[in-house]
Amino acid sequence: MKTGIFITCLADAMRPQIGFAAVRLLREAGVEPFYPPAQTCCGQVAFNSGYFDEAAELGEKCADLFIDCDKVVFPSASCCSLFRTHWQEYFNEDNKKMAAFADKCMELSEFLHSVSYSPRPQKYLQATYHDCCAGLRELNIKNTPRDFLKQAGVDIVEMRDCEECCGFGGVFSTKFSGISAAMADRKCKNIAATGTNTVLLGDLGCLLHLQGRMQRTNGDNIRFMHWAEVLVAEESSTP
Amino acid sequence: MNTKPLYFHRQIADALNNDKLRASLAAVRDNFISHRADAITAYNQHGDFEQLREQGRQIRDESVRDMPDLLRTFQQNAQRAGATVLWAKDSAAACRLCADIASRHDVKLAVKSKSMASEEIELNDALSECGVEVVETDLGEFIIQQNNEKPSHIIAPAMHKRRAEVATILSKTISTKGDDAESLTRGARQYLRKKFLQADMGISGANFLIADTGSALIVTNEGNGRMTTTLPRVHITLAGIDKIIPRWRDIPTMLGLLTRSATGQRLSNYVSISTGGGQNADGNQHAYIILLDNGRSRLRQSDCRDMLRCIRCGACMNHCPVYHTIGGHAYGATYMGPMGQVLTPALQGLENAPDLPHAATMCGACEVVCPVKIPLPSLMRRLRRQQVRQQQRSYREKILMGIWFFTARHPLVYAPVASVITRFLMIIGGQQKRIHHLPFLNSWFGERDLTISSGKTFRSMHKELGL
Repeated sequence: MKTGIFITCLADAMRPQIGFAAVRLLREAGVEPFYPPAQTCCGQVAFNSGYFDEAAELGEKCADLFIDCDKVVFPSASCCSLFRTHWQEYFNEDNKKMAAFADKCMELSEFLHSVSYSPRPQKYLQATYHDCCAGLRELNIKNTPRDFLKQAGVDIVEMRDCEECCGFGGVFSTKFSGISAAMADRKCKNIAATGTNTVLLGDLGCLLHLQGRMQRTNGDNIRFMHWAEVLVAEESSTP
Repeated sequence: MNTKPLYFHRQIADALNNDKLRASLAAVRDNFISHRADAITAYNQHGDFEQLREQGRQIRDESVRDMPDLLRTFQQNAQRAGATVLWAKDSAAACRLCADIASRHDVKLAVKSKSMASEEIELNDALSECGVEVVETDLGEFIIQQNNEKPSHIIAPAMHKRRAEVATILSKTISTKGDDAESLTRGARQYLRKKFLQADMGISGANFLIADTGSALIVTNEGNGRMTTTLPRVHITLAGIDKIIPRWRDIPTMLGLLTRSATGQRLSNYVSISTGGGQNADGNQHAYIILLDNGRSRLRQSDCRDMLRCIRCGACMNHCPVYHTIGGHAYGATYMGPMGQVLTPALQGLENAPDLPHAATMCGACEVVCPVKIPLPSLMRRLRRQQVRQQQRSYREKILMGIWFFTARHPLVYAPVASVITRFLMIIGGQQKRIHHLPFLNSWFGERDLTISSGKTFRSMHKELGL
């Protein structure tokens, strides 16, 4: 079985550690990922902005890059869901290539679960978990990442309204900056109320937005990490 | 209060600065969400709410698909039962019909039960211009009418008001013993009871129009609907053509979805069904039904036709984090929240509400609670696409999108560009690895910082990883 890995454009530029963590977890699960360096962006920003033709061109390029793969793993639910949940909104329903690609795409926790990955124990950590919208409502990802974290010894303190949107929404965060920030403030308040100083989540856009807002309003007391980064924390997370 | 979807951004700023509004929104939000959740948990003890949603979706799909035929059947059956059915292609036509009816029957005072269609056509203004006094009889509508406001929620029109404000507003019109909720309601009830008995005409909307019997159904919790439809000698039902459902036997499914999704009730306190009119009817002597199009037929021809399935329960706005943040008035239109973000552009023209389809994070909370499974985020995205295709987007955005797209489709360009940007951000971030401000990117940095964690891209290091 050939398994591809798609490093999202945000992870590529802003947090390559998330990519390293994903690769390491796949290797721990006995899977050697295939990484085509010609990958750029899934096209989600174009799709959500209504530029369907541009999104389709990028989407097809992605499908071509991974054409020999049986599975393609995304360390981001929203990019994964673009191809799996939404492809029929911007491709013809009879597009065989995209239909096949949709079947291959899996979010990291889904894939790890499917290959019976079990995490190594980590140092004791208390954290709260934010459910990112696309993962939760489009891919039904709720318990899998939490279960991995608990198995690794993470004590999850649930925050109030952990399923409510953080206010990122891609271009929304810049088009409606005020609403976006007010939504983040509600989330930050709920995070602070848990008393933990670590927030774990699975989508980098939400992470950068929440972290940036928290730093602007509350300072540096709380750190934000992709859950995969925690599962590899025991060893250095750089190559 | 006069707001318009065109001035959405200005209205958002006002809403964000309104602390009172935020307090009201927080209180109502939790009630709506928990009541609905409890009702569905209770339903699932003996049934399957998901299955009910699917049935509802099918009934409403059929309603939209067969709308012209069903409306003709409705008209025949309603007229056979003694009502007069009239058609209005737009707001002006509907207002004219109501004014004509009022003048024909020498109406001086009209009572109205809650109707969003009447808000849509601004009927109160039209009738008062013809010398007809219109009194709102739904308590929430009554409150905001005394303060010359518009509803901020389709089923809880005065939800932006706290009790103390309500007391001040009502004290102008009614006398009450105290400013607790019960005294206020009792005072309003006494005032309205007289109006019901004096009124020459009643105006109501419809939650559903039932084709095979020619009936109009409304749900209320205050009983004002029943009195509006039966006490005055003339009765007008004003309803959008999208309210049609095929059969009487569809009622239990639709009501089961509507009241649970709206208020979390198993059933509303009152369900009032009016069929026909004239001498044989139990109440008014003259019954009129006005079927309002006002853009709905055009919407039915568009790729957003799924929106016509909407049964106006308000669950989408009750669960919308954007609505929770700005309230209903900011949308500047009759219909607010996610439903309004699709309906307003569809009914008033996309060019008159260009920002509404963008005011969503696409979190999908609306879609998962919609009782008839309207894919609201997808419909908003289709409106965004329509703007792109019709050249309704700014040059600035088009240029940025063009540059981004060119790089994204050329990996050999993308790699060095991403590297340079990453390196640049690292330098700007300095020792703290933190950026507080960047020129031209105020839309991000106005509200947030950005933490930089690496000066290198993943792709530039993939070989070191052995990939």
